[in-house]
Amino acid sequence: MSTTTPDAIASDAPEDLVRSYPRFIWWGLGEATNGGVGFYLWMFVLTAIALVGANAWAVQVADGMIVTNMTDHVSWGLYIANFTFFVGLAAGGVMMVIPAYLYDDEEMHKVVIFGEIVAIAAIIMCTLSVLVDLGRPDRFWHLLPYIGRVNFPVSMLTWDVLVLNGYLLINLHIVGYLLYMQFLGRRPNPKWYVPFVFLSIAWAISIHTVTAFLYCGLGGRPFWNTALLAPRFLASAFVSGPAFIILVMRILRVTTGYTAPVSAANTLIQIIRVSMTINLVMLASEIFTMFYTGGAHGASAHYLFFGLHGHHGLVPWMWTAIICNLIGTVFFFLPAALERGSIRIAACVLCIVGIWIEKGMGLIVPGFIPSTLHEIVEYTPSLTEWKVSAGIWAFGFMVLTVLLKMATAVFHSSGESAKPTA
Amino acid sequence: MTSHPNNPSNEPLLPILDQPSSRRTALKAAGAALGLAAFGKAVSPLMVIPENVSVDEFLQQHYKELTDDDKAKVFARLEAETKEDYGADVTISDPEAIPGVKFGYAINLSKCNGNGACMEACNKENNHHRGVDQSYIRVLEMSKGSMDMEQGSTTYDHTVPQDDKFYMPVQCQQCDNPPCVTVCPVEATWKEDDGIVVVDYNWCIGCRYCEAACPYHARRFNWEQPEIPAEEVNPDQGYLSNRVRPQGTMEKCHYCLHRTREGRAPACLEACPTGARVFGDMNDPDSDINYVLKNKRVFVLKEELGTQPSFFYFFD
Repeated sequence: MSTTTPDAIASDAPEDLVRSYPRFIWWGLGEATNGGVGFYLWMFVLTAIALVGANAWAVQVADGMIVTNMTDHVSWGLYIANFTFFVGLAAGGVMMVIPAYLYDDEEMHKVVIFGEIVAIAAIIMCTLSVLVDLGRPDRFWHLLPYIGRVNFPVSMLTWDVLVLNGYLLINLHIVGYLLYMQFLGRRPNPKWYVPFVFLSIAWAISIHTVTAFLYCGLGGRPFWNTALLAPRFLASAFVSGPAFIILVMRILRVTTGYTAPVSAANTLIQIIRVSMTINLVMLASEIFTMFYTGGAHGASAHYLFFGLHGHHGLVPWMWTAIICNLIGTVFFFLPAALERGSIRIAACVLCIVGIWIEKGMGLIVPGFIPSTLHEIVEYTPSLTEWKVSAGIWAFGFMVLTVLLKMATAVFHSSGESAKPTA
Repeated sequence: MTSHPNNPSNEPLLPILDQPSSRRTALKAAGAALGLAAFGKAVSPLMVIPENVSVDEFLQQHYKELTDDDKAKVFARLEAETKEDYGADVTISDPEAIPGVKFGYAINLSKCNGNGACMEACNKENNHHRGVDQSYIRVLEMSKGSMDMEQGSTTYDHTVPQDDKFYMPVQCQQCDNPPCVTVCPVEATWKEDDGIVVVDYNWCIGCRYCEAACPYHARRFNWEQPEIPAEEVNPDQGYLSNRVRPQGTMEKCHYCLHRTREGRAPACLEACPTGARVFGDMNDPDSDINYVLKNKRVFVLKEELGTQPSFFYFFD
C-alpha cells in the first residue's frame, strides 16, 4: 500500500508553511493515517487490543494489584519481564548505527533510521511496562527530578528512569531532524546529528547495562547476583534488536515497496551470528557455575531448568527458550539465511521468542523462586496481566507503524532520486 | 527543490484542519472521535481515583518536607479518612526517635516453640488486612542440626513444638546497611536515628524494588485495600508505623515504634508466651538486649551479605 497518491505533483504551498517543524509532524501524521484496507484493519485490530489492555489496567488500578498473580514472594512478574525485553529491543535497535557510523558502512546509513524508530517504539513500551507495574501510578510525579524526591545517584531505578528518557529524547531528535531535512530536501548538517548518533551508541549500551544492574546489584537474590548479567543482556539485545529490524524491513518491503540494501541486512545477520554465539557461551558458563557449585546459587537454576521439590512451573518456558535460541542460531549460520528466504524469517522469530522468554519469564521470575527465605511460591501471570501486556505490545506496534509510515512517506515524497541517506 | 512535491491539490497539507472536508478526512475525524470515546470508556474504572485520592493527598509532600502544621493537617485528614472508610475513631501520632537510643532485638532460639503468638499479635497491633492473616513475622520450622532454610517450612499446621525441630522467627532485621533503602527510587523508605527503617506510606509509589532487594523477606505489599472490622481497628496509630496503609504501597516491621519510642515493648514481645524475645536499647549498658549481646553467643542471618542487622539470634 502506498502512502502517497501516485499523481503527486509539485505544490504551490507557501514555503514557510512547509518548513515549520510542527506542521511537518502534522503533515506526517496525516500521511501516516492514510492507507489501504489492510492498513486500517491492522490499526483497528491494534486499537482494539490496546483498548482491552487499557481497560484491564484501569481495573487493576481501581481494584489493586491483587488482580495480578504477583505476591510478596514473586513481587515482579510479566510486566517487568516485558520491560527487560523491551530495553534490549531498544538498545539493539541502535545496533544499526554502529556499523553505519563507526565503520562507515555506507549502505547501513539507509536503514539506520528504521533502527532508531524501533528504539523509540521500544522505549515507549518500556515506560508503559513500568507504569502499569506501579502500585500507585497517581504518584508517578514523585519520580520526577526537582518536583518529586529522586534517590540519585544511589538507586539504580532512578538511573534507569533517567537513561531511558534520555535515550528516547536522543532518538526522537535524530529521527525527527533527519526526516525533516529529508522532507525539506536539504542535506542534514552533521553538526546537528552526528554527535547525537555517537551519544546514542554509548547511551544504548548504558540503558541495558543499567537495567541489568537493577537486578545484579541485589545481594539477596543469588540468581541475579552475577557480573555476567550486563554483558549477557547486551549480547542478547544485539540479537533481538537486529532480528526485529530485519523483520520490520521485510514487512516494509511487502507493504510499501521500500527496499533496503541487501548488504545492510547481511551486516545485521553477521552481528546476530556473533552476538548469539557470545550469548550462548555466556549462558553455558552461567549454567556451569550454577550447577557445578550448587548451593543457594543453584536452587533457582534448578527450579528453572528441572523443577525443585515438585514445582516446575517455569521448566517448559525455559526449555522452549533454549530450543528456540539454538535452532534460531543454527538457522542464522545457514547460507540460506543470507537469501531473503523463509529461513531468515524463521530464524529471526525463533531468536526473538527465545530471548523474550530468556530475558523475561526465564530471568525475572526465577530470581524470586525460591524466595529469600527459601520458600517456593510459584507464579503464572493472570489474565489481567496478559491483557495489559498485550495492550502495551499493541500500542507499541501502533507507534511503530505510524512512525514507519511517516518515515516512508518522507522518503516517497522526496522522490526516488533522493533515497534515504540517514 | 524549491517547493515540496508532496502537496497535490486534492490532498490537503494539513488534514482535518482548515481544509475542505473530503471523505477521507471525514472518516479520519470520525475514527479519531470513536477511538477517543472508546479509550475514555476503557479507562473509566480510573474514575475511582478522584474519589479515593483527594487533591490534598495527591499533592502531599514527602514526610521529611512536612512542617509541624502540615503534619497536623495530614494526620487530621488521615484520621477522618479512617473514620469514613473503617468506622473507627483513631489517633495518629508521630513519636520521634529518642536521642542516643539504638534499638536491637534478639530471639532465644532455645525458647521459641513456634506457637505463632507473635504473628497474631503483630497482625492485630498493626492493623493488617484480615483476609490473609498478614503479619510482619514469619516463623520458620527448621530441622535440628541444620541452618539451611531451604529445609525449613513456614506453612506447618501441626502441633508445636516437634521434637526434631527448632523454630526461627524472621522479621525486618533493621539493617545498618539496608538494601531496601538503597534501592528505593523516591526515598520513600529510610533509616531513622534509633535504627528503625520506616516507610512513608503516602510517598511510596509501589514499585516493589525494596521487596526484591530485601534478603529477609521482610517487606509486604498492599495488594488490595486492607479490610479490618471497625471494632478490631487498633486506635493507637503512628504515621510511620501501624496506621492503616493505603492500597498499592509497601509496608514493613517498624519495631512498633509508636510503642517502643514511648517506653513500651513491641507487641510481638508482649505476646510471646515463652519469653524468647528480648528487646531494648543497645546503647544502654543495663538493657536486656545488651546483656544478651555481651553474654550470649549471638549470630545474625546472612551475615555474608553485609547488611549488618540489628536483629540477633542465640541459643541458650
